Amino acid sequence: MGMTMTQKILAAKAGLKEVTAGELILVNLDRVLGNDITSPVAIKEFEKIGAQGVYDKDKVTMVMDHFAPNKDIKAATQCKMCRDFCDKQEITHFYDVGNMGIEHALLPEQGLVAPGDVVIGADSHTCTYGALGAFSTGVGSTDMACGMATGKAWFKVPSAVKFVLKGKLNKYVSGKDVILHIIGKIGVDGALYKSMEFVGEGVQALTVFDRLTISNMAIEAGAKNGIFEVDEQTLAYVNERCHRAYTVYKADEDAVYDKTYEIDLSQIQPTVAFPHLPENTKTFDEIGDIAIDQVVIGSCTNGQYKDLAEAAEILKGKKIAKRVRAIVIPATQDIYLKAMEDGLLKIFIQAGCIVSTPTCGPCLGGYMGILAAGERAVATTNRNFVGRMGHVDSEVYLASPAVAAASAVAGKIASPMQVMGE
Amino acid sequence: MNYTGKAIKYGDNVDTDVIIPARYLNTIDKKELASHCMEDIDKDFVHKVEVGDIMVAGYNFGCGSSREHAPIAIKASGVSLVIARSFARIFYRNSINIGLAIVESDEAVDGIADGDKVEADLANGKIYNKTTGKVFTVQPFPAFIQKIIACGGLVEAIKAGELDA
Repeated sequence: MGMTMTQKILAAKAGLKEVTAGELILVNLDRVLGNDITSPVAIKEFEKIGAQGVYDKDKVTMVMDHFAPNKDIKAATQCKMCRDFCDKQEITHFYDVGNMGIEHALLPEQGLVAPGDVVIGADSHTCTYGALGAFSTGVGSTDMACGMATGKAWFKVPSAVKFVLKGKLNKYVSGKDVILHIIGKIGVDGALYKSMEFVGEGVQALTVFDRLTISNMAIEAGAKNGIFEVDEQTLAYVNERCHRAYTVYKADEDAVYDKTYEIDLSQIQPTVAFPHLPENTKTFDEIGDIAIDQVVIGSCTNGQYKDLAEAAEILKGKKIAKRVRAIVIPATQDIYLKAMEDGLLKIFIQAGCIVSTPTCGPCLGGYMGILAAGERAVATTNRNFVGRMGHVDSEVYLASPAVAAASAVAGKIASPMQVMGE
Repeated sequence: MNYTGKAIKYGDNVDTDVIIPARYLNTIDKKELASHCMEDIDKDFVHKVEVGDIMVAGYNFGCGSSREHAPIAIKASGVSLVIARSFARIFYRNSINIGLAIVESDEAVDGIADGDKVEADLANGKIYNKTTGKVFTVQPFPAFIQKIIACGGLVEAIKAGELDA
């Protein structure tokens, strides 16, 4: 029986000729990732195992991004625990304040992920790297600890849902609108325990950054991973950054899928997910006047240079609405620097936004933009659960960078077309 | 593996942000995490939960973040078992890895009300509603998963040599 792209990667890394959905297998890991919140728990478990050292100091990776720069004494203690561990274990890829970025933007940028890799990360958005044709998935801290010690993890081989993409996105529509549209269609458990595999001619019409955003939110449909077919754009992106051998896998012609959806990219409109689930999506014909208090542009979902550029295009020469706070967070130092050199940061500041150092801070209600009771935010982040960005009586509306920027200008949820007069 | 306690019932899509809000993730202290368990969905939970209690919920329980702090907080609060229609995959994995018993059953979720006295015998795949007298059959875990939970988690099971072939 034919295998899906995910199954082919898993079979190869398990040293098996073939795997089938439902089978339990032990897989070799190309990278084991953790952050400042999940790694401390993993380090304690790692010590309990009594392992001598990590399986590979070049493959274990830690990024201090959630509550870093340290938001309080407890967060500082957790980062210190990670720093001390990485020093002792001589971890090559330890990213601290100064060279850190938001992990899922940083790892691809630094060339740490290649097609065909198997990556586990103690962070649910580890599924992002599927955009590069890797199998990557979020796990907990105990799995991270066992992964650090042994270089292996067990998996139940997933079945898959196929998304055949066709057409091209319209102006002001991006990867975020695509994934929100899909989650709205299939629901927050629409791909539970499964792979989402994205194929078709439409893939080539999406930039690598749009694909990173789409794979990033596969978890928001319950998926184990969200993976794209590798094309020339993927190879161009990877080869510029990653200088080691890798293997590109493709699904077999006769691979079996639980379900297949056709998505016409040209039909997708700017889409907003209303509180308190990413599946509560609406397009602008269904959205009335909803006043907002805050806008956040950034996160592992939408903190790339492309995202900032799309927001800057809307904000250029304009002022954000009175009483709206707009927080822009470039995802990595490289993105920050390029945005500075190209004048994007100036556009943001002149429009009345602030620009923050890379951090996950507000996305998970950590710090740097917490909401009070009754406040509403439009955010380019990935979750709008109860209390996600602050008080339990606050609200988060998920949207693209273009919609977030337009909303900041309008002081209410607004489409880029409205604000640009198109 | 037998579990006995009163049912504390929730709905669908209970996410890890409400199980343990991220503002408390600056610690890994189990007791401290437990003291904020379910805070953003049910402020009374920490007052009403007793050792052995059984959490009952709908679809996609534990969706969202990969934070292992979520099952840790539930377990440390005294809950002995979570019964749901379905679990989000990372939560499912994390629960087994830290030794929190979980089981999927539509029947049991339909047939258990908040506050009912519940007893579960997972090795034999039976859940009893002591309040109503109803009995539900569930799929027992494979032996190796039962061992992990009985040992208190994956690391403990590895250390105890329980997973050796």
